[in-house]
Amino acid sequence: MGKLSSGTVVARLDAINEFDREPVASNRLQGPGNFIGIYSGEHVAGTEFVIGPLFVAHGVTAGDLLGGLLVGNLLAVLSWAFICAPIAVRTRLNLYWKLRKIAGPYLLLIYNLVNALMFCFLAGAMISVAATAVGIPFDINMPGLSDLYPTGAGWVATVLVIGCAVTLLAILGFEKIARFSKLAAPWLLLVFVASALAVLPQLGVGSWSELKEVADTKIWTGAPMEGRVKFTFWHVTFFAWFANMAMHIGMADMTLLRYARKWQYGFASAFGMYLGHFIAWIASGILVALAFQENAEVAPGPIAYMGAGVAGLIAVVLAGWTTANPTIYRAGLAVQTITPNWKRWKVTLVVGLVTSVAALFPALMMRLLDFVALYGLLLMPMGAIIFADFWICPKLGLHQDFAERTGRLFSWPAGLTWLLTLGLCLVLNRWFDIEIFFLGLPGWFIATALYLGFAILQQRRASTELAV
Amino acid sequence: MKRVILQLLSLAGLLLTVVPSAMVLAGSIQWQTHAILMLIGTALWFATAPLWMRGQTASDA
Repeated sequence: MGKLSSGTVVARLDAINEFDREPVASNRLQGPGNFIGIYSGEHVAGTEFVIGPLFVAHGVTAGDLLGGLLVGNLLAVLSWAFICAPIAVRTRLNLYWKLRKIAGPYLLLIYNLVNALMFCFLAGAMISVAATAVGIPFDINMPGLSDLYPTGAGWVATVLVIGCAVTLLAILGFEKIARFSKLAAPWLLLVFVASALAVLPQLGVGSWSELKEVADTKIWTGAPMEGRVKFTFWHVTFFAWFANMAMHIGMADMTLLRYARKWQYGFASAFGMYLGHFIAWIASGILVALAFQENAEVAPGPIAYMGAGVAGLIAVVLAGWTTANPTIYRAGLAVQTITPNWKRWKVTLVVGLVTSVAALFPALMMRLLDFVALYGLLLMPMGAIIFADFWICPKLGLHQDFAERTGRLFSWPAGLTWLLTLGLCLVLNRWFDIEIFFLGLPGWFIATALYLGFAILQQRRASTELAV
Repeated sequence: MKRVILQLLSLAGLLLTVVPSAMVLAGSIQWQTHAILMLIGTALWFATAPLWMRGQTASDA
């Protein structure tokens, strides 16, 4: 085998053209199978081992959980299909280059910094989850629910090895990620199902008829743990809807769906929602109920081992990978618009290193619900701005992509909309006691209305100046 | 033909992953047996599925 020089490797990596800065060419469009694979892989993830147990800890009842997940996931799928996908296939641009046209490069710079940082933290949480599984066979001192900082050299080494592997896969590109997700997705889902089924006898289920009674009395009992807010049907519905707010109404998945031949491929998100955010959340809730009953550790690795043995540990590691991969890919795209002269692989390498360092801190994983809600809320206003600019502005006689059209470097309507929306959401949270999980809905309408109002002001003033 | 055989082996891997858990629930086998069979199923899936899925991905695109 000939020796491959570093120069050749660089040249080959540079040749990977992902059409980041221009509309995707028609010969690069992909069929529905890739989207089903990527959504299934991304949402049947290691974090499902964290989120399912949190519903149990928050004292949701079995009926509220099932009803809330059915409705909330449906709303999420509709958001992908009717809000994100149509704009993605019409523009064939990723979120960042579309936003550049609307908001101007300076505002995009700020947005991308926030966005890339959030994606790094999210991917970091996935890597932390994977590390809790690797820690078991090697007897590594794993973090507990209240740990915020690295717990030892073993934890640090484990996280860094997993971080490097995930980064290398992300560097290989979208198609490689899709292939890996597609490979792992069906097996991962079955591991969740099998783990839950296998522990039911230990919870007292001897037959299907006993399942409802055990679900009501031992799993989703309706009694929250001390210090936890009680979750209702509405909490579950809104959490399920907005768990991926940044991706659908925040438009981040334009980056993936721009490769779709048809906007209807947005419905492929249903595979992620109803497999991952329904079956997997229920399964992990069952697993953690056993962990509580046995006074065992409740981290993802230990509960997966309790249900499926070594295969469960492999599942947690791979589930973390399949979610971290596209997240690092998206973060790489976000940073690339800041550093347009860098090739994507170099950007992804830097992002992967930042992510790996972030993953060292277990705080990201242990406070995942709050983090997910916050990051979705932070990014959502820009999705509302894209929606308003694309669909509503032409109907009001306003120009689309006004910053690009007029050569503006900073769109004050977009910047002010972002700032005021987040400010008003903070007011709703602090003074009206609306929990963070519910803020996405009013926030989206606030952002849409503010942007349209500011855009009218800006464009009227611009036309008056031109007339004078 | 080779592709069909690989797909059947992959299917067997998935069945070994999930069916034993139902047998634990039914009281037919012990949890430890389920864990071993699940690991075998996992190995079978990841050894065979990439070989036929590669072709499927190309046809999708």
